[in-house]
This record gives sequence, C-alpha cells and structure tokens, in this order.
Amino acid sequence: MRRRRAPSGHDMTCRQAVALVTDYLDGALTGEQAALFRAHLAECPHCTEHLAQIRVTVAATGQVGIDDLDPLARADLIDLYRRWRAGT
Amino acid sequence: MLVERHHPAMVRLALGYVRSRAVAEEVAQDAWLGLLRGLDGFEGRASLRTWLFQIVVNRAISTGRREHRYLPVDDRELENDDGAFSQDGWWMTPPAHWADLAVDRIAARDVADRIQDLISRLPAGQRQVVTLRDVEGLPSVEVCLILGITEANQRVLLHRARSRIRSLLEREVMT
Repeated sequence: MRRRRAPSGHDMTCRQAVALVTDYLDGALTGEQAALFRAHLAECPHCTEHLAQIRVTVAATGQVGIDDLDPLARADLIDLYRRWRAGT
Repeated sequence: MLVERHHPAMVRLALGYVRSRAVAEEVAQDAWLGLLRGLDGFEGRASLRTWLFQIVVNRAISTGRREHRYLPVDDRELENDDGAFSQDGWWMTPPAHWADLAVDRIAARDVADRIQDLISRLPAGQRQVVTLRDVEGLPSVEVCLILGITEANQRVLLHRARSRIRSLLEREVMT
C-alpha cells in the first residue's frame, strides 16, 4: 500500500509548475496536481512571482480593445440594418 | 446594442484569417447579415454570441483561403517563452520580480497598444485564443466551440500567447 503524505514543494519542479500555470488558472488540474502545484508555490518564491506575472498579463490583456466601434463601420451597419428592416 | 457589443470582437476575430481590416469588416458584416436573415441555422442551442463568432470563423476561413492567407498551423506556435530551466527542472535564472510594479503601469494606454500589436503578430491559433479568452473575456468552453478545438489544445495556445505577452510586459516594466 502506498504511503500517503502531504505533497512537498519538491515533488514538482519549477519547469513543471510553470508549464501548468494556465491549466491551474483554468481550474483544469486534477485534485492531486493542484495540491502539488500549491505545495510547490508555497515553497518557491520564483514560481509564485511567475504566477503573479501571468495574472498581471491576463489583466493587462483585458485592457486591450475596449475601443469603440469604428464610426464608419458603425454607420455601415446601421445602414445595413435599415435596409433590411425596409425589406430591400 | 448587440452590434456595438460584438462587432469589434468579430472584426478582430476575422483579422486572424484575412489580410486586411477592410476584408475583416466585410466578413463581420456578412455574419450580421446572416443573423438578420436568419439563414445560418441558429437553433438556440448555442448562445447567440457563440453562434455569431462561429459564423465569423467559418466565413473568414473561406475568405482567407481565397486570399491564400489562411495557414492553420505555424512552426512558431511551438516556441515557448516560459523561461530557462536547468536539466533537473529548476530556474536557471530566477525570474525578475516585477508583478507588483506592473500593476500601476498596465493601465497605461501605450501598454495596451503594445500588447495589441504583439497579439496581431502572434501565430493564428494563439491570436484567436488569446483574443477570445483574455481580450474578450469569453469562457474556455465557448472559445472551444467557436474555434472547434479541444480544451487541452486551447490551453496550450493560450499558455504560449500569455507567455509572449508576459515577456513583453517584462521588457516594458524593466526598461
């Protein structure tokens, strides 16, 4: 029978932890993987920083494209809609 | 208004497949026409947004093929910016710590512009996924439906795109 013990930070390497960041943030890791990942992070300031950087990256990317609709495109669309409503 | 909410995203999505913004605008408008006419078989199973984005992808792919532009996979998709690790898997050079410093800077307009510029130069798959997930904020399941890819595949592409953007931010913050 396998001995059960709490995962330690050294059960996962930094390379493995960094490779799993996206899966972790998506909640796609199995319970066991997530426990290993968290144990690694608890002992590794570098991977903790990397995860923080990825969170900042996602937030920064969310700032992109809050631009309004191009005015010309908008006029085209309204025109399109009017013609459709008029049944032409 | 539905159009204002989704149209810019549809144009960005189409830009992943076609050469010019004008053509991408046409593709997006075409999708709206399809919606107005009810011709494209919307059956209420998917959300309206998913369905609209799927039409955009389908039309953009066929338009892109005519333009000889559509390349589904690119070798550069295999590159990885995760960092440098020793053979046994530990950081060779520990990452510089800048996440705390970056929070104030990322709201700056020029940072968003640089990210947008980088996204436009990413390989197609990465660009589609990161645009839908992180720019538009769509959930994973919906992005997979729109692009017709598996969740695992989607996460690989998202991971690579985020790594590239992370590197860009690092350069922005550290210089």
